[in-house]
Amino acid sequence: MFRYFLKRLGGAIPTLFIIVTLSFLLIRIAPGGPFDEEKLLPPEILANLKSAYGLDQPLWLQYAHYLRSLLHGDFGPSFRYKDFTVTELIAQGLPVTAEIGIAALILALALGMVIGVFAALRQNRAADYTVMTLAVLGIAVPSFVVLPLLGLLFGVYAHWLPVAGWEPGSIRHLILPVVALTLAPLAYVARLTRGSLLEVLQRPFIRTAFSKGLPLRTVIFRHALRPALVPVAGYLAPAVASIMTGSLVVESIAGLPGIGRYMVQGALNRDYTLVLGMVVLYSVVLIGAGLLVDLLYAWLDPRVGFER
Amino acid sequence: MTVRPAARPTLKTQEVRVDYPIPGGTAAAVRGVSLSVSAQECLGVVGESGSGKTQLFLAVMGLLSSGAQITGSAQFEGEEILGLAPQELNRIRGSKLTMVFQDPMMSLTPHLKIGVQLAEVLVHHRGASWRDAERTALQALDRVRIPDPRRRLQQYPHELSGGMRQRVMIGMSLLCEPSLVIADEPTSALDVTVQAQILDLLRDVRAGTGFSIVLISHDLGVVASLADRVAVMYAGRIVESAPTAELMRDARHPYSALLMQCVSDLRRPRTDRMPFLAGQAPGAAEPERGCAFAPRCPRSTERCTHERPALEDVNATSQVACHYPLR
Amino acid sequence: MTGTFWHAARQHLTASAGARVSLGIIVALVVLAVIGPWINPNGLETLDWSSVAQYPGIAHAHWFGTDRLGRDLYVRTLEGARVSMIVGLVASAVSLVLGLIYGAIAGYVGGRTDDLMMRIIEILGGLPLIFFVIFLTVVFGRNEYLLFASIGAVGWLTLARIVRGQALSIRRQEYIEAAIASGAGTARIIYKHVLPNVIGPVIVYATLTVPQIILLESFLSFLGLGIQEPRASLGTLIAEGAGEMEAAPWMLLAPGAFLTLLLVSLNIFGDRLRDAFDAGAGR
Repeated sequence: MFRYFLKRLGGAIPTLFIIVTLSFLLIRIAPGGPFDEEKLLPPEILANLKSAYGLDQPLWLQYAHYLRSLLHGDFGPSFRYKDFTVTELIAQGLPVTAEIGIAALILALALGMVIGVFAALRQNRAADYTVMTLAVLGIAVPSFVVLPLLGLLFGVYAHWLPVAGWEPGSIRHLILPVVALTLAPLAYVARLTRGSLLEVLQRPFIRTAFSKGLPLRTVIFRHALRPALVPVAGYLAPAVASIMTGSLVVESIAGLPGIGRYMVQGALNRDYTLVLGMVVLYSVVLIGAGLLVDLLYAWLDPRVGFER
Repeated sequence: MTVRPAARPTLKTQEVRVDYPIPGGTAAAVRGVSLSVSAQECLGVVGESGSGKTQLFLAVMGLLSSGAQITGSAQFEGEEILGLAPQELNRIRGSKLTMVFQDPMMSLTPHLKIGVQLAEVLVHHRGASWRDAERTALQALDRVRIPDPRRRLQQYPHELSGGMRQRVMIGMSLLCEPSLVIADEPTSALDVTVQAQILDLLRDVRAGTGFSIVLISHDLGVVASLADRVAVMYAGRIVESAPTAELMRDARHPYSALLMQCVSDLRRPRTDRMPFLAGQAPGAAEPERGCAFAPRCPRSTERCTHERPALEDVNATSQVACHYPLR
Repeated sequence: MTGTFWHAARQHLTASAGARVSLGIIVALVVLAVIGPWINPNGLETLDWSSVAQYPGIAHAHWFGTDRLGRDLYVRTLEGARVSMIVGLVASAVSLVLGLIYGAIAGYVGGRTDDLMMRIIEILGGLPLIFFVIFLTVVFGRNEYLLFASIGAVGWLTLARIVRGQALSIRRQEYIEAAIASGAGTARIIYKHVLPNVIGPVIVYATLTVPQIILLESFLSFLGLGIQEPRASLGTLIAEGAGEMEAAPWMLLAPGAFLTLLLVSLNIFGDRLRDAFDAGAGR
């Protein structure tokens, strides 16, 4: 089992490596530099700036430096926010994004599974159709439509929740953003759980379980649920990706100071190191999620990773 | 025939029908079967796939999907169980009335340890604690002659061989001292050598406890080695039923006779031509017209294609449904 | 694919209420986007100073209201819808072509090439593509042709996988071996035999790709990274509307409702189409 995990880890590292390298190259090759937008600077100052950021060195040397600093967790200075390094910006923003992201993920999983099981047990009845139709809506309606709408309903008309802004430690400001982030993954998880549970219930070992006189409750939770969750586990990594992209929009609209907003600002300002750092960070998170999913598969189905 | 005290049959079905709605009508998997199994008796039920033999007993156990329309009556130890609510049925299923399935790899839950799958029966039916239940499970594994049972309890189904898995399933069915065990093709998914072992096991276990068995199979040879009586099914109905020895010696229905010849029996001289059954049994969706076996029967006449023969008593112990039985 | 396949599929599709309704909505929206602006006397860029930030009404034919600058929202929304749809179609077409070619080659050629090509898709698939598009806009600037191309380049992965799966199974069929035996070249075989037979699943996924791509474009435009001034897509309009939400909610609701209806209908129709094709294949 351990060897299985190591193998997975081994596969992930080259991927990461490729991403970093590609990103680096793309940026360096790109037309125009980070200073093009600024007013025309006298050549000497430009040269100084370039050397300060290490841009006058040969490409492979820059690459080597970059890799080395990456290993130290240093993404370099931000091109725009001159007083901050990318690492500092990330450190500032990460807690906020992590908070809403993890909350959304847990909510989506927990609620989604419950709803999915509920719909499966009432297959083809009114409750099932309602739930599944709502699920399609949840998947199709984009988060940048949902959040303003929710804001309109709950913030402007009903005055229950704040529409935007943020104070440290405040939960109220996070409610609408988290809801907006949760909807699409929740819908997916519900659909997946329902379909998968219905399929698992057709399998022979479920018939055996019923033949033993076990109540429905036991058959579902002890026998059917774990194999039924395999597709949900498979969706975890895309769910994380979906929440990460959603956070870009949600943080921008709601004015939350998370890394999502930094990413967007960085893109608009053409802040190379910031965006590059973000891409690396998001990739690491995603790859990490993928590894966790592999571990999860092994728990859900003991046959995985079992060497005969 | 001596009259025994408590002659109430363990299982008695009357005109059980199983229908499934399909576009354009219904498909009849079981077309009206009445049989009974006495205490301590082993009834063999033989038929090809599609004959309804499995569907019949799944209906009795309440394991068919909600789309199935079941009519008729089935009484287990005097109590009507067809149409019983699941909570009520669950008292009986798994304890007094148990089932052993065909493919033990697919029929055991892959992510639960053997010990858990055995113990949960006792925990649910006897209210035992998990610890006590596992101890009893250990004894059950002994009973079905699984070596090193303590280790096996902690293993998963995929870590056991096919034969061992089937022993586990049999052990599982015996945990609560059942009155009737329904064994659906218990050996079909196993190697030939293992098949014999399992049949021996069933025989030995029964000798000790005396429960009834229904042994379902497409292989008459398997059934003959264990059963006291045999019922032959074709296209959803019983076409013949007789004590085993009598059937093997003097099969009356042409279909039974053909089945007999297909059984590989080392004691009989090898003929140079193996008889084979041409054609196919009618599917469930086809309506009945006359005797279902007529198209394939070497003895069929005009009458057979119009008039369905009823299942009639031939003597005190046997019945056959044929206009022109062999004897 | 035999005639019965298409027949069964079409039967299933026409029988489905969901499919009919969603298709109807899609057609209605497209028609609206194309000829809708003509019905209304207001021009796209006309600034009507007399009705700035006006509630929807009949006066001055501002059926959806106006924005901060007095521009008619009905016309703007429908123009924006047109832009979104065009981007959706063009980028989907790009994805389609890329996916078809890549998948057909990988599936048909097989062996090492296939392994390598699939590995690449695996790696690319594991990354959130939006970040890459954002990254590309940072690097190459906000060029609209780049937008089409990068969005299209992002959507081809699933399609390629499906095409490759189909190609793999088709490759083993006898008529292919016959074609090879008769000396036909690889490219010709791919073109004449493989491609026509992967059409079924491809149509389904192409249909489901369109809303994904429209969503992606709207997302980027919303953030300011997509379609640029003076043109606007639904995403840009929604962004404007979100900003004015408290004072002029109709600025958000009109484009928001249009986009939502479009995406939901496309998704439902795509789902029903997939069901129909499954039914046609006998599943």
